[in-house]
Amino acid sequence: MSRTARDTCLLLGLSVAAIVASGILLLIILFLSTEAWPVFSQVGLLKFAFDEAWYPTEGAFDLKPMLVASFAMSMLSIMLAAPLGIASAVFCRFYAPPVFRRAYQWIIILLAGIPSVVLGLWGLTVIVPLILMLAPPGASLLAGSLVLALMIVPTVALTTQAALASIPQFYWVGAAALGLSREGTLLGVALPAIRSSIFAGIMLAMARALGETMAVLMVSGNVVQLPTSLFDPVRTLTANIALEMAYATGDHRSALFVSGLALTVLVFILAWVARRSGGQVVHA
Amino acid sequence: MLSKLFTTGALIFVALSTPVIAADDKIVITGSSTVAPLITEIGKRFEEKNPGVRVDVQTGGSSRGINDARSGLADIGMASRALKKDESDLKAYTIARDGIGVVLNSANTVSTLTDQQIVDIYTGKISDWSAVGGTQGPITVVNKAEGRSTLELFLHFFKLKASDIKAHVVIGDNQQGIKTVAGNPNAIGYVSVGTAEFEAGQGTPIKLLGMGGVAASVENVRNGSFPLARPLNLVTSKEPTGMTKLFIDYTQSADTHDLVKEQFFVPNGP
Repeated sequence: MSRTARDTCLLLGLSVAAIVASGILLLIILFLSTEAWPVFSQVGLLKFAFDEAWYPTEGAFDLKPMLVASFAMSMLSIMLAAPLGIASAVFCRFYAPPVFRRAYQWIIILLAGIPSVVLGLWGLTVIVPLILMLAPPGASLLAGSLVLALMIVPTVALTTQAALASIPQFYWVGAAALGLSREGTLLGVALPAIRSSIFAGIMLAMARALGETMAVLMVSGNVVQLPTSLFDPVRTLTANIALEMAYATGDHRSALFVSGLALTVLVFILAWVARRSGGQVVHA
Repeated sequence: MLSKLFTTGALIFVALSTPVIAADDKIVITGSSTVAPLITEIGKRFEEKNPGVRVDVQTGGSSRGINDARSGLADIGMASRALKKDESDLKAYTIARDGIGVVLNSANTVSTLTDQQIVDIYTGKISDWSAVGGTQGPITVVNKAEGRSTLELFLHFFKLKASDIKAHVVIGDNQQGIKTVAGNPNAIGYVSVGTAEFEAGQGTPIKLLGMGGVAASVENVRNGSFPLARPLNLVTSKEPTGMTKLFIDYTQSADTHDLVKEQFFVPNGP
C-alpha cells in the first residue's frame, strides 16, 4: 500500500469514527425531543417554567426547583472538590515523599473507580445520619454535595497531575535560574501555566456531578422545592427521571424527557463556557 | 458435504416453522402497570416451559386491562384492584396480594397511630411526635415518588391527592425507604409489608404499625384482614380455554411464588 493510500484509509477511518460519535449524540437529542414533543404540544413550554409545582399526574409540571437543585448541587460540590483536588495534585508532585506519592496516587485512582451506588449507600448510612444530628431530615442538598464532591475529587486531581507533568522542562530550569523558591515556582510559574487545563478538568468534573444520578437519589431527599438552606432536601433533574420513569405513562413520561432535555441544555451551556474561557493553551 | 447440506436444511426448516407455531399461540395481556412486571417475569418462565408460546405484556392501567379483556383486544386483562359491581360480567383470578405497612424506627416510643393521625402527619398538620403521644421530636415524613403503586394504594386508602402530602424525603424503592427510616429515629414511612417484615426479622431497627387493630403481617395480607391491601387480578371476559387457561392456572400455581415474592407481593397459597 502506498503512502497516500494509507493516508486515505486513515482519513476514512477517522472520519467514520468522528461521524458515528457525533451522529449518536445528535440521535440522542432527536430521540429526547421526539419523546418530549407530546407534552410540549399539549401543555406548552411555559408550564414547565411557570407552573406552581411538580405533580405530573395532576398536570403540574414546574421544572424550576429541579434545575436550581441540579445547578446548586454541582456548584457546591465543585467548590469543595476543586481546592481539594488541586491541592492533592500539587502535594503529590512537589511535597510528598516518593513512597507516599505512589500510595496516594493509587488511592486517588481507586476512589475514581468506586461505583456511584456504593458511594450513595455509604452516604445514606453514614453522612445522612450525621447531618440529621445537625438538622432534620438529614437527606439534603448538603449531603448530596458532599457525596458528589468525593466522587469528583479524583477527576480534578488527575487532570491537574497530568497538566503538571506536561509543563515543559525549560519552565523549571528557567525558574531555577531566576533563583525562585519552590513556592515561587509553584505559584508564579507552574500553576499559571496550566490554568486552562485545570479549568477544563473542573468543567469535566462539574459535568459529571450534573449527570450523577444514583448517589444523589439516595442521599438528597428528592423533595421538589427551591432550597432555602443547605439542610433542605432537594430533587435534581437526574434523580427525577430515575425516580419516576419506571412507572410513568403518557404526559408524565413525556415530561420526564423534558427533564432530560433540560439537563442536556445545562451541560451544553457548561461545555460552551468551558470552551470560551479555557480553550487557549498558555504554555507552548 | 451431504451432512452439511442436511444441517443447513434442518436449520432452515426450524427457522421457518418456529414463527408459525408462535403466531398460533400468542397470549396478549394488557392493563395495570403494578401487575405488569410480575406477569412479564411469569410469562418468561411460561415461555420456557411451553416452547413456541409468546406472552405479550402491555401496560396502560387497570381500566385499560378491564376494557381490553371485555372488548377482546386482549386475551387477559390485568387489574390491581377487585372488580367493581358493574364489572360482574368479567371473571377475575387473583394471582397475588399487595399490602403496604406504615413503618417507624424501633427507637420511636409510638406504637399505634389512627388513620386520622397518619393523614394529619402526612399532610403536615401534625409535625411533632409529642402530638401523638411520643417523645418530642420533629417528624420526618418519608413519601414515595409519583407513579409508584405503593403511593397510589396509600393515597387511595387515605383518600388523599399527591399534592396534599408534605414530604421531607421522597424515595424510590422499598429498600431505600427502610434504610431511611432505620437511620432516622423520627422518621415515618410506608413500604410493602413483605419487605418490611423480612427486614425487621433480619434485625433492621424498624417496626411495622398495625392498621385498625390488625397487625401488619404477610399472613394478614394473605387472609385479607389487613385493610391497607389490594388483590392483583387477571381478568377474562369468558371462561378461559386452551393456552389462556393454562397460563392463568400457571400464575396461580406454587411455581411462581418466588417471582411474586421478588416483586414484594404476597402469594396466594401458604
